[in-house]
Amino acid sequence: MPVRIDCIEGPGLPLRGDNIDTDRIIPARFLKAITFDGLGDHVFEDDRAALPGHPFSNSAYRQARILLANDNFGSGSSREHAPQALKRWGIEACVGESFSEIFRGNSLAIGLPCVSASHDDVERLMRLVEAAPSTRFTLSLSDRTLRVDDAPVAVTIDDPVRDAFLTGTWDATGMLLDDFDLVRGVASRVPYIRGF
Amino acid sequence: MGKTLLQKVWDLHTVRALPTGQTQLFIGLHLIHEVTTPQAFDMLRTRGIGVAFPDRTFATTDHIIPTLGHARPFQDPLAEAMLCALERNCAEYDIPFWNLDSDRQGIVHVIGPELGLTQPGMTIACGDSHTSTHGALGAVAFGIGTSQVRDVLASQSLAFDPFKVRRIAVDGALAAGVFAKDVVLEIIHRLGVQGGVGHAYEYGGTAVDRMSIDERLTICNMSIEGGARVGYVNPDQTTFDYLRGRPFAPEGEAFDRAVSWWRSIASDADADYDDVVEIAAADIEPRVTWGINPGQSVGISERIPSAGGAGSTGAVAEALEFMGLTGGAPIRGTRVDVAFVGSCTNSRLSDLREAARVARGQRVATHVKALVVPGSQAVQRAAEREGLDQVFRDAGFEWRGAGCSMCLAMNPDRLNGREVCASSSNRNFKGRQGSPTGRTLLMSPAMVAAAALAGEVTDVRDVLTES
Repeated sequence: MPVRIDCIEGPGLPLRGDNIDTDRIIPARFLKAITFDGLGDHVFEDDRAALPGHPFSNSAYRQARILLANDNFGSGSSREHAPQALKRWGIEACVGESFSEIFRGNSLAIGLPCVSASHDDVERLMRLVEAAPSTRFTLSLSDRTLRVDDAPVAVTIDDPVRDAFLTGTWDATGMLLDDFDLVRGVASRVPYIRGF
Repeated sequence: MGKTLLQKVWDLHTVRALPTGQTQLFIGLHLIHEVTTPQAFDMLRTRGIGVAFPDRTFATTDHIIPTLGHARPFQDPLAEAMLCALERNCAEYDIPFWNLDSDRQGIVHVIGPELGLTQPGMTIACGDSHTSTHGALGAVAFGIGTSQVRDVLASQSLAFDPFKVRRIAVDGALAAGVFAKDVVLEIIHRLGVQGGVGHAYEYGGTAVDRMSIDERLTICNMSIEGGARVGYVNPDQTTFDYLRGRPFAPEGEAFDRAVSWWRSIASDADADYDDVVEIAAADIEPRVTWGINPGQSVGISERIPSAGGAGSTGAVAEALEFMGLTGGAPIRGTRVDVAFVGSCTNSRLSDLREAARVARGQRVATHVKALVVPGSQAVQRAAEREGLDQVFRDAGFEWRGAGCSMCLAMNPDRLNGREVCASSSNRNFKGRQGSPTGRTLLMSPAMVAAAALAGEVTDVRDVLTES
């Protein structure tokens, strides 16, 4: 059964900084495993060691479900382990100024929506959470809004990606196998398989 | 209006428009390795799905393997478990696997082109962001995550949003001592680490036209460091000459027919680009990164930016603090502890030749640990036939076996503490080379060799002039 994803509710976690790469989200030594189990314990491990009071170490944010990020979050390595680690820690959606393409695609593939908001809105939300960590957010993909206090924030997400969450086809395997004869058809027509 | 290579390849490989509005694209070649696949195979098993086209997937091992001998089991039980999983999965699903005992083993982005698996007009996917490398031969190659590896195994296809195409024209001649690595560092510096998001980068211009395939591989390799998931060079005579005679290239008359098709999928002269960027090759000098992302580089004659300088943000201050560098100081003279020649960016025979040309008859500085890690067993053999291994050893470099090694330090090769590494790899992220506080300076292989000899960042052009 497809799992449809629309509304995500819960407190936020402010993670300041542009260009936070996936090596920082989950250092490569934690990729030495044949499952994704336990990755949540190591999210931002080295950044947390270097920065006492890192938001992921701050108990005030332990119940957070929505990650607030700045520009180009998730750049670098294509390791799906990065969104897996965030999700296994408890993050259910990311709201950021922008995301790296591969990170956003990997997040889609595991049912973790990444939506964009303006710099000013992200800054306002971060300040809000820093002042009151228990503030609850409601992200609605169908409405393209993030509701907090009285002022809904407009968020952007591409139509196809939003539809994939709303219809449950973010897990794409079934959809890609729906019309497999068409796949066979392409395989039989590309010259490098058909033979030159 | 003509079409770009990307548009032609996209159209040819389109399976259908998906209900979500995305495009289902057929993937012509799937490359896998030990790090990003074990979970994908487990997901297949859980769902009771098989591998759709086992003859379109090829496996090797590169990320976790030790470079000082391949005795099994590995000392690292986690690395051993990963290789065992790949062995088991390839055997179960009948996927060709070049394991350590194969003379075709090597870094996945080195062996694909080397074996002629990578060909113009193909769509290629691999669970590694540097898959863009394969675009050097005119393929459209995507780095993907593990769930997408599952989807390629299951359906030989993926769901994509459309790409814009930015043509980056590098015209003119590169000066002596300036390499493809310097060109791509310049491009990323100018366009930014997220300048390419949503884009495929088409590299061209007279400087790229004159480049060898090895050089084009270096440029396409780092597309993702500029935010572009896909990078490519249009196939030309250099491409065809490179492919002729390689194990998986067409043979005889089929090769000639392939060439005419390969020519036809290159971008048309009147192709419509979303954006065009022009760069003068003559303006580029050897570049070195000073910060914590690959866009933070300067020319060797320049100074490290200052926090609070024009156009600066908090990012400069954060980078300088992590790197322990002083804003306003020259990059030249920055002391290094380690020198690493290797990685899918710069570990091919031509890279090793350039590094060896600098190292020949010289000595590595006494405080520097220097290692050379060829990209594949084939590169290793070719280099040894030319005596490059001896040149390096005589100069005090360690000559290792093929693999990813210290680019991301998933094997025993890693930085210790706050060591500074002159590295021919692709990422200078915090902690990238295995020590959370280790520091990376990206540069060309020749510049790495020069830094190893001097014990500090130096201008390879001076070294080459002296010799």
